[in-house]
Amino acid sequence: MSEKTQIENPKLKVQDLNFYYGKYHAIKGVSMDIPGNKVTAFIGPSGCGKSTLLRTFNRLYELYPGQRAEGEIRLDGSNILAKDQDITLLRAKVGMVFQKPTPFPMSIYDNISFGVKLYENLSRGEMDERVEWALSKAALWKEVKDKLNQSGSSLSGGQQQRLCIARGIAIKPEVLLLDEPCSALDPISTSRIEELVDELKADYTVVIVTHNMQQAARVSDFTAYMYLGELIEFGATDNIFIKPTRKETEDYITGRFG
Amino acid sequence: MMPPMDAVMTEAGFQERSQTGNNKQPTPPARLPWMDAFFKNLTRFFAFIVFSILAAILISLIYHSQLTLSKFGFGFLFVDEWDPVKEEFGALVPIYGTLVSSAIAMIIGIPVSFGIALFLTELSPNWLKRPLGTAIEMLAAIPSIIYGMWGLFVFAPLFSQYVQPLLIKTFGPLPIFGPLFKGPAMGIGMLTAGIILAVMVIPFITAVMRDVFELVPAMFKESAYGLGATTWEVVWSVVLPYTKIGVVGGIMLGLGRALGETMAVTFVIGNSHRLSASLLAPGNSIASSLANEFTEAVGELHSSALIELGLILFLITTIVLALSKLLLLRLAMNEGKQS
Amino acid sequence: MASAISPDNPIYRRRRVVNAILLFVSGLTLLFGLFWLTWILVTLFYEGFNALAPSLFTQNTPPPGSNGGLLNAIAGSLMMAVTGTLIGTPVGILAGTYLAEYGRRGWLAPATRFINDILLSAPSIVIGLFVYSVYVSQVNHFSGWGGALALSLIVIPVVVRTTDDMLKLVPDSLREAAVALGAPSWKMVVFISYRAAKAGIITGILLAVARISGETAPLLFTALNNQFWSLNMNAPMANLPVVIFQFAMSPYEDWHRLAWGGAILITLSVLALNIIARALFRR
Repeated sequence: MSEKTQIENPKLKVQDLNFYYGKYHAIKGVSMDIPGNKVTAFIGPSGCGKSTLLRTFNRLYELYPGQRAEGEIRLDGSNILAKDQDITLLRAKVGMVFQKPTPFPMSIYDNISFGVKLYENLSRGEMDERVEWALSKAALWKEVKDKLNQSGSSLSGGQQQRLCIARGIAIKPEVLLLDEPCSALDPISTSRIEELVDELKADYTVVIVTHNMQQAARVSDFTAYMYLGELIEFGATDNIFIKPTRKETEDYITGRFG
Repeated sequence: MMPPMDAVMTEAGFQERSQTGNNKQPTPPARLPWMDAFFKNLTRFFAFIVFSILAAILISLIYHSQLTLSKFGFGFLFVDEWDPVKEEFGALVPIYGTLVSSAIAMIIGIPVSFGIALFLTELSPNWLKRPLGTAIEMLAAIPSIIYGMWGLFVFAPLFSQYVQPLLIKTFGPLPIFGPLFKGPAMGIGMLTAGIILAVMVIPFITAVMRDVFELVPAMFKESAYGLGATTWEVVWSVVLPYTKIGVVGGIMLGLGRALGETMAVTFVIGNSHRLSASLLAPGNSIASSLANEFTEAVGELHSSALIELGLILFLITTIVLALSKLLLLRLAMNEGKQS
Repeated sequence: MASAISPDNPIYRRRRVVNAILLFVSGLTLLFGLFWLTWILVTLFYEGFNALAPSLFTQNTPPPGSNGGLLNAIAGSLMMAVTGTLIGTPVGILAGTYLAEYGRRGWLAPATRFINDILLSAPSIVIGLFVYSVYVSQVNHFSGWGGALALSLIVIPVVVRTTDDMLKLVPDSLREAAVALGAPSWKMVVFISYRAAKAGIITGILLAVARISGETAPLLFTALNNQFWSLNMNAPMANLPVVIFQFAMSPYEDWHRLAWGGAILITLSVLALNIIARALFRR
């Protein structure tokens, strides 16, 4: 493990995290500090545990029996892996966007309001405002403002993914997890999402998993390189891509991996 | 029915000829070139037989109910008299009984099946899924005559002793629902038949609901959980809308089963050809009228009336089942498009 | 911003309660289903085992008030179930073969599949009515053949469906391998596809037999019943379901007991067939 990157007041503090799929040890003793209001990228070859790590931040793995995490993850100082942590609340605080767009089988408007209604009792007018706010944030408002009552699945793939981002930020979470959000999108949609990610860090702590190194270099402030469940190197993106301290990282980044 | 049959036969004949024509060069005797065409056409012939069964049933039922079809016309559907002695026949009472007992079965069966499917897909620990699922499927394996006998000897007496008086006391005086729960507690009757039908259709509706719930991609459920939704909200707002076509298909399948169920109903519905507002009163269904009267039918008109009842039942269930099948096919097609 | 998402949020508290209640109700619905299953099986086993006696298998159905058994009904049921299965199975397998192996193009396969699924759930009493009108009323007497015919019409859709499903599970690579060896297509089906799908097809047949073992309605108008010992398929034939129906609906205590005896026999054989079918399919 490389010397630890020092980060003041981390939003998420991971300590000695181990993760198991049944008997399989998928994450091995990872510790890292994820800074607030920055974009942190997880990179590494498939199966390295980067998505698994992401899914521990909202404890999504608990939907499946046999998957468990050990160690500590502190969100603003409180351990979210603790038994008494309310998972539903945690997931509201930590939003997530997936590899493929997942519009719910309802209208565009309801896709956004669904999550908001879970925690807030807004008047029709306030809700309209919130929907517009979230869709504008996700750079989708102009395209859909005239068809808010249409089904979410009527949109194009890139629009659907931005809808999912809008849905995630509408409930005003603190952290936004993006799990390879562009893997199913064309290059134009991808660049729009990347611009969006850059804007979102003003309000949120963003963690993005990507298999695309250029993307990580473009959008992130910090980068973590993982390999076989271990955190090989973590630091400012510029450092990782220009002068990595570890040979493995350099090999991976320059494409000599494997 | 002739044109399609002809088409099949000529096409088959053509294929046979072309097959033998192509095999001019000496072939080893073991290959039996004619066997290919023969076997294929044999299977096609039997597929065509299966294809024709539905139409054959329909035609024979229409043919054998000609007497009443021509004598009573559409009026048959709306007359509540059923008098073999005076030879006056109307199907209103059995149609009403069939629809009402099935409606009761659906009112109880749909929410219960949904609850069971929800439990089995979202809540049950993995090691319990199979035994619990099998137990619910067992409800479908018990022969219907067992349900009927059990209903008559075990359920109906207890029901009339403990539950029906309670229903009469609580709901009887109510203004709108009152008439549904009036009369003596006899045990047998429309409500009893409906309850037993509900138990019988639960495994069918549950099985379809389970299957379609499992079609929902994990990522959709994860997205909803990821927003901080509870299990109930995920199922109600995401899983159910996503699968609604299939769920309705499953409900239709259950309805089709309930409408046509014979023996269980015959034992407990009371077999009375009288129209009554009360659900506690005995009634009759199409299937139970047939089971009770057909072999003892006096005169051709009586037989014909009963066969026409069978025709009505067959038409209703075929439409309901066809709708169910179409909905499930549509869900499968949507599914194919998405993946 | 931290305000809305907190444990004290009243909306969240209400949602949590609603969730807990509804999930609890979901558990109750499962118990509701299991409750009926248990209740039915327990009474059936209690009454049934009380009625079980060797005489059930050695004596024929009695007139009211005297002792007897179910021998003629058991024999009749067996004969008709076996005959019905023997008629229905080949038809079902061949039709199912067409659907899965040859029906990838054209209208016949999808249309047959659709109609077959309707037949699968069609009211069995209508099947009885159909066989009555095309066969029994033509030969002018109830008969074991009529009963077997009606049962075979219930066997067919079950076997068609499972044969179709199971053959579709056979990987195409296996078929291609056989054809690449120069095997004609009928040999490919008979020696490769059938062999690969054997367990599944047999499962389907067993399930079909289970299904007809308890069927009553289609026999009412076809085989009817026969008080006496008779193996003549051309005459009215005794069978367990109809005997149970008549005896249970009668006012006689002895007949009720015999009906329970018949009920337990039927249920045990249906459950046994189901268990064997499941075990076979799982392998």
